[in-house]
Amino acid sequence: MEHLHQEKVSYWQLVKNGIFKENTIFRLVISLCPAVAVTNSVRNGFLLGVAVLFVQVMVNSTVAMLRNFIHPRVRIPIFMLIISGWVTVIDLLMAAFARAAYKEMGLYIQIIVAFASILVRAEMFASKNRLAPSFFDGLGSGLGFLIALVIISFFRELLGRGSLWGFPIVEAKPMLIMLLPTGGFFAVGILMGFFNWIDMRFYGGKGAGGAGGH
Amino acid sequence: MAVERGRQELVVTVSPHIRSEETVGRIMWTVSLSLLPAFMMGVYFFGPRAVYVTALSIVGSLFSEWLVEKMAGREITLKDGSAFLTGLLLGMNLPATVPFYIPLVGSFVAVAITKQLFGGIGYNIFNPALMGRAFVLITWPRAMTTWTEPTAAFVGLDAKTTATPLGLLKEEGMQRLLEVFGDKMSLYTQLFLGHRAGSLGETSVVAILIGAAFLRIRRYITWHIPLSYLVTVAVLAWIFGGREGLFTGDPVVHLLSGGLMLGAFFMATDYVTCPSVRKGQIVFGIGCGFLTMLIRLKAGYPEGVMFAILLMNCFTPLIDRNLKSKVFGTRKEEKKG
Repeated sequence: MEHLHQEKVSYWQLVKNGIFKENTIFRLVISLCPAVAVTNSVRNGFLLGVAVLFVQVMVNSTVAMLRNFIHPRVRIPIFMLIISGWVTVIDLLMAAFARAAYKEMGLYIQIIVAFASILVRAEMFASKNRLAPSFFDGLGSGLGFLIALVIISFFRELLGRGSLWGFPIVEAKPMLIMLLPTGGFFAVGILMGFFNWIDMRFYGGKGAGGAGGH
Repeated sequence: MAVERGRQELVVTVSPHIRSEETVGRIMWTVSLSLLPAFMMGVYFFGPRAVYVTALSIVGSLFSEWLVEKMAGREITLKDGSAFLTGLLLGMNLPATVPFYIPLVGSFVAVAITKQLFGGIGYNIFNPALMGRAFVLITWPRAMTTWTEPTAAFVGLDAKTTATPLGLLKEEGMQRLLEVFGDKMSLYTQLFLGHRAGSLGETSVVAILIGAAFLRIRRYITWHIPLSYLVTVAVLAWIFGGREGLFTGDPVVHLLSGGLMLGAFFMATDYVTCPSVRKGQIVFGIGCGFLTMLIRLKAGYPEGVMFAILLMNCFTPLIDRNLKSKVFGTRKEEKKG
């Protein structure tokens, strides 16, 4: 992370960093619980991803703006208050405008409060950087989470239900296991291995696993 | 692997060690050979489809082993027979009527994911064959629980679907089981010979016992795990298995049906995934028996051998660590923070 604290890093690089190098799911391996819980359909995965993207961007911006007024000793409780504030906003918004989806996954919207990924970005980045970089860091991190969720739920819905976004694609017998949490872990693990392989094969990386981002 | 001929099959001691002619390959092929009687009985009862399912499963295992080792740049270990044995065990744990993709997917999960991704032979936490079976059972529950009556396939009739003895026992009770099989004696005999619905290699208790006796004579397995497993199952079945109250259950039916015999002698005793300490093996067997009966009597599935062994596999390192024998002449190891 150290290189990010220099002001030279471009905004585009911050976004890219959140999507690839420090992808919440595949590189940092945090917030796996929602990644496994809601990704049995692409629509749910996408909606949760959007909610997290919103909360991540807003929290990062708020924390960056307030960072000089927050005493370091009480910073974590303050961050939590900020996060819960923005989660309440998205919770009420979804309850009003996306009722059907909210009924299915309302619990997971509320539990965004406890997502490690949000607090990590606030603590590691936004509390040390100015507003604009923090905004783009949140954007990248949120987008990375969104993309990861869509990829996982793409395979799980296709293999588990034979459909995508609710539309039937194949008539084949579904693999029931992909809809269960077990299948979620299989999907996350195999995809993580796949992305590690790409990283090692084409970019000379070492591969990551278990909070390898820092 | 240090294997001392004629005493125990896996002793971990300080040097000097004696080299013996036992190798992993030799053990694996011997175990495969000892499964032959049970497999032949499966073919006899369930017809050519039994051969077909098992062959697909073995081919799938060998291919997965080759593929992953090739991709990972490891040494190709097809000759040591471990992949062959996994495929054989998986095939024998499937109903003979499953569609062709089930043995293929199951063997891929067993060898590629459960064994090779964890580091290859000797490093897997779970028994590969059982893991493959668990995967396909959860994925395709209907195909995996459609049982057919034995011998139907040979006479050229259409296979008639039926329930397994354990399924009957769970759903409709002992009375119904006796109605189907005649009297008690004929029920026991048929279960012992294997004339019942079930996975293709698990039905014939007598054939499995012949194979197990062969392994015991060659000292490839010890009595600790199978005996403690079977005794626990029998006792719990006797106490809690009956519908009319405590101590009215029928332990014999529970012992002879389901995958218990195959599981107790051939899967719970897998060297890699069971404890290597004798006391630990007894704990392991009792745990397997307890979980099996818990699932059979109280849970949704009629049979629990597979899940019981897989769950106990998780505890193997813990059991080994806590029950390992003392090393004489050393001071007690100080706890490291």
